[in-house]
Amino acid sequence: MIRREFLKTGGALVVGFNLRDKLVAQERGTKAGPPDARQVDTWLAIHADNTATVYIGFAELGQGASTALLQIAAEELDLDMSQIKTVRLDTNVTPNQGGTYSSASINRGGPQVRTAAAEARLALLKLASAKLNTPQEQLTVSKGVVSGTGNPKDSVTYGELVGDRPFNVAFTGTAPVKPTTEYKIVGTKFPRNDTPAKVSGQYTYMQYVRMPGMLHGRVVRPRGQRMYGAGAKIVSVDEASIRAIPGARVVRKGDFLGVVAEDEWNAIRAAQQLKVVWETPPALPGNAGLHEHMRTAKTEENIVIERGNVTTGFSGAAHTASHTCLGPYQAHAPFGPNCAVADVKADSALVMCSTQDVYGTRTSLSRLLGMPVEKIRVQYYEGSGTYGHSCYDDVAQAVVLLSQLAGKPVRLQFMRWDEHGWDNYGPGHVGEVRAAADANGKIVAYEYQGWQHGWINTETSAQLTGAPPTEWPGAGTGVQGVNRLTCGGMYDIPNLKLVNHKLPVTSYLKAGWLRSPLDLSFAFASEQAIDQLAYLTGADPYEFRQRNMTDTRWLGVLNAVAQAAKWTPRKAAANLSKANIATGRGIGVGTHLTSYGAAVAEIEVDKGTGRVVAKHLYGAIDAGQVVNPGFVESQIMGQLVQTASRMFKEEVKFDQTGVTSLDWGSYPILRFDECPEVTAVVVQRLDQKSTGAGEECMAAAAAAIANAFFDATGVRMKEFPLTPSRVLAALSGRKAA
Amino acid sequence: MQIRVNERSWTVNAAPDTPLLYVLMNEMQLQGPRFGCGLAQCGSCSVLVNGVETRSCVTAVSKVEGKSVTTLEGLPAWYASQKKLAKAPALHPVQQAMIDEQAVQCGYCFNGMIVKSAELLSKTLRPTEAQIRTAMNGHLCRCGTYPRIMKAIQRASAAMAGGVA
Repeated sequence: MIRREFLKTGGALVVGFNLRDKLVAQERGTKAGPPDARQVDTWLAIHADNTATVYIGFAELGQGASTALLQIAAEELDLDMSQIKTVRLDTNVTPNQGGTYSSASINRGGPQVRTAAAEARLALLKLASAKLNTPQEQLTVSKGVVSGTGNPKDSVTYGELVGDRPFNVAFTGTAPVKPTTEYKIVGTKFPRNDTPAKVSGQYTYMQYVRMPGMLHGRVVRPRGQRMYGAGAKIVSVDEASIRAIPGARVVRKGDFLGVVAEDEWNAIRAAQQLKVVWETPPALPGNAGLHEHMRTAKTEENIVIERGNVTTGFSGAAHTASHTCLGPYQAHAPFGPNCAVADVKADSALVMCSTQDVYGTRTSLSRLLGMPVEKIRVQYYEGSGTYGHSCYDDVAQAVVLLSQLAGKPVRLQFMRWDEHGWDNYGPGHVGEVRAAADANGKIVAYEYQGWQHGWINTETSAQLTGAPPTEWPGAGTGVQGVNRLTCGGMYDIPNLKLVNHKLPVTSYLKAGWLRSPLDLSFAFASEQAIDQLAYLTGADPYEFRQRNMTDTRWLGVLNAVAQAAKWTPRKAAANLSKANIATGRGIGVGTHLTSYGAAVAEIEVDKGTGRVVAKHLYGAIDAGQVVNPGFVESQIMGQLVQTASRMFKEEVKFDQTGVTSLDWGSYPILRFDECPEVTAVVVQRLDQKSTGAGEECMAAAAAAIANAFFDATGVRMKEFPLTPSRVLAALSGRKAA
Repeated sequence: MQIRVNERSWTVNAAPDTPLLYVLMNEMQLQGPRFGCGLAQCGSCSVLVNGVETRSCVTAVSKVEGKSVTTLEGLPAWYASQKKLAKAPALHPVQQAMIDEQAVQCGYCFNGMIVKSAELLSKTLRPTEAQIRTAMNGHLCRCGTYPRIMKAIQRASAAMAGGVA
């Protein structure tokens, strides 16, 4: 219900303030959460100085969510942004809104924060109405000052009405919210609240958190993970090998091995110098054999979606495009390796870390320590951008083990090789796709068969202490399988079939959700097939896509990006150049779980060296109501640059023993010299529900890059990243044929 | 051993071979320089040593004895002394430009980005885009903020050249 209707219908709500209640501020944080989500007080406090604190259960991961959620609350409460703040995520303080993943902050968190703020506002108006002796519907609010007549004598501030006392109001979810047409703060480019501290060196990243009396710890593992199912088994540890390092000592539980020292450099040196013999692990396929191994392995199969009859659809079609495409393992590789601090005592634990989900991490630590959840307090400190399930849970588990074993508070900073080498990678993929069009250029049949494994659910530290390796629930299906939106879901296709072939993660590398999970691989395969159909039917690739879509929101982003890129119609690969540097442009569409993404790429291919560079990438996202278009532009920009990095550079290398990509030398990413110009397009739809915006144009951008390569060279790349050696091989293959 | 950081003298407790980064973080409790790779590959630990961008994660603290170290926190004062300003501004023009361009996402790489661009602009007041890309190429960002960093450097350059900042 929006607010105007509510006032007209005269909704009733009982507000019971108990003035003898203790100050809210004093109660918070004293006992284990989650606090009762059905109470407004859990979400919001009004202070005597007429400011507000909003308690939000989402992590600031560098995307601006903390500012955007405050914009929502300020809008509903009619407060100025300077009057509102939030607090650190803390299992004793903040509500449990689930983890900060799947681009959920605004998608899931926004409505909760908005409704709580609306509920609080309503309660405040009831109080003001009584105090000012004015009917509620005649009251107006500006910057937390409630006025009856406009005369300052007839006004009262939120702070005067509540002033640090609890609301004692149930969160019914029925309070009317402001109509979007009255928005002043939501939908504007309010600057991020964390930027000034971040550029001046005042921001406390996790890596700066210290505790009195703490030791510095490091984990000791083989450099580079082995087959997930096998873990890493210790044959022997030579503790004497670090005897010369002052204060350094070994701590061990099963195969979980670490060192602690008072001085950080001594801990680092001890971890490097400790002599450990590890068991020879079972053989992995290695990069060279990976996709063949995946394609021929025994799999669990399931049909994601099937409609019409693909066999019939293909049999009568005028044009068919089909190919097999391969995607690599890729790393989260947060720019600062994960870090955590813990103080584990006999009957309680305090853990500070960069988890995307404080409550989820508390549960996993409870299991590991054998300590009830209510004895564990987890606090969130922002680290560097994580883009999904990097080693933040693992570092939290490792630090509690180190602290428990050492009997002191410990700070654990993963080294670069720990983070790169023991990441939960975005898994590799084999995609077999075929698509067909009729003589009129309408897509009539589409089939996608995907091979991949799911995510892990036992972190390395727990596994090394003896916990068995497990799969994340739902492995091989849903978000861990073939994506029904990115794989043909935007087109009107009468006959369509998507099939998953799930591999056992225990025989491969550890995996987890990496920003837009698997979508780059899906779109690379799928949108190249669609593009090929456009080519076969002699159509412009943008026009061909338009022709096969009716969903207005897909059309909206497609048109928006084409317009931004000043797309002019022509058939792809129609002007192949003999010059050494060939240029091409491509277009693509795709998304993750929600929202709509489209992209255009303009690239250059050096046919002599095989080097491919994106010169300009355009990305458009329709994420419904965009709370802060500036942040979404920033997210689109980041997605485009990261996609270029993943399409041209990124590939986790491993041999039969284990991972060999251990740093920025062995796992290169895009640098300034090859950074494209980027154009971000936000398709604002204030009347629609907010959906994710942190990962929804990466698939489209990956596809646009691949299609631009075809436009430049007339060759379809079947595997990414498009490294010089792969490009040269593909180009010479064409010549040979 | 004594070192000089942000015009402040500091007596070092750590062993002489300890990388400067750990002295700055753990002894001086500075929150500008930060650990990224420990291998001089990424630039998150960068500081200025006598005005030259230096990777503190691989530079033994003994190597900066008698030299002047400037961290992110010290850039406004360093800028003021270079420009002979009576008073240090609250932020170096590059820091302000990063805010104005809303260039930051997670911000972890911005220590190195800002230190390196301050060094660049101290030598080349009006760099071309190509000069910016070359100078900054040893600094990595995982969030993909390069385009706005380049814009911010150009904005700071214009401000410094125009005498606005």
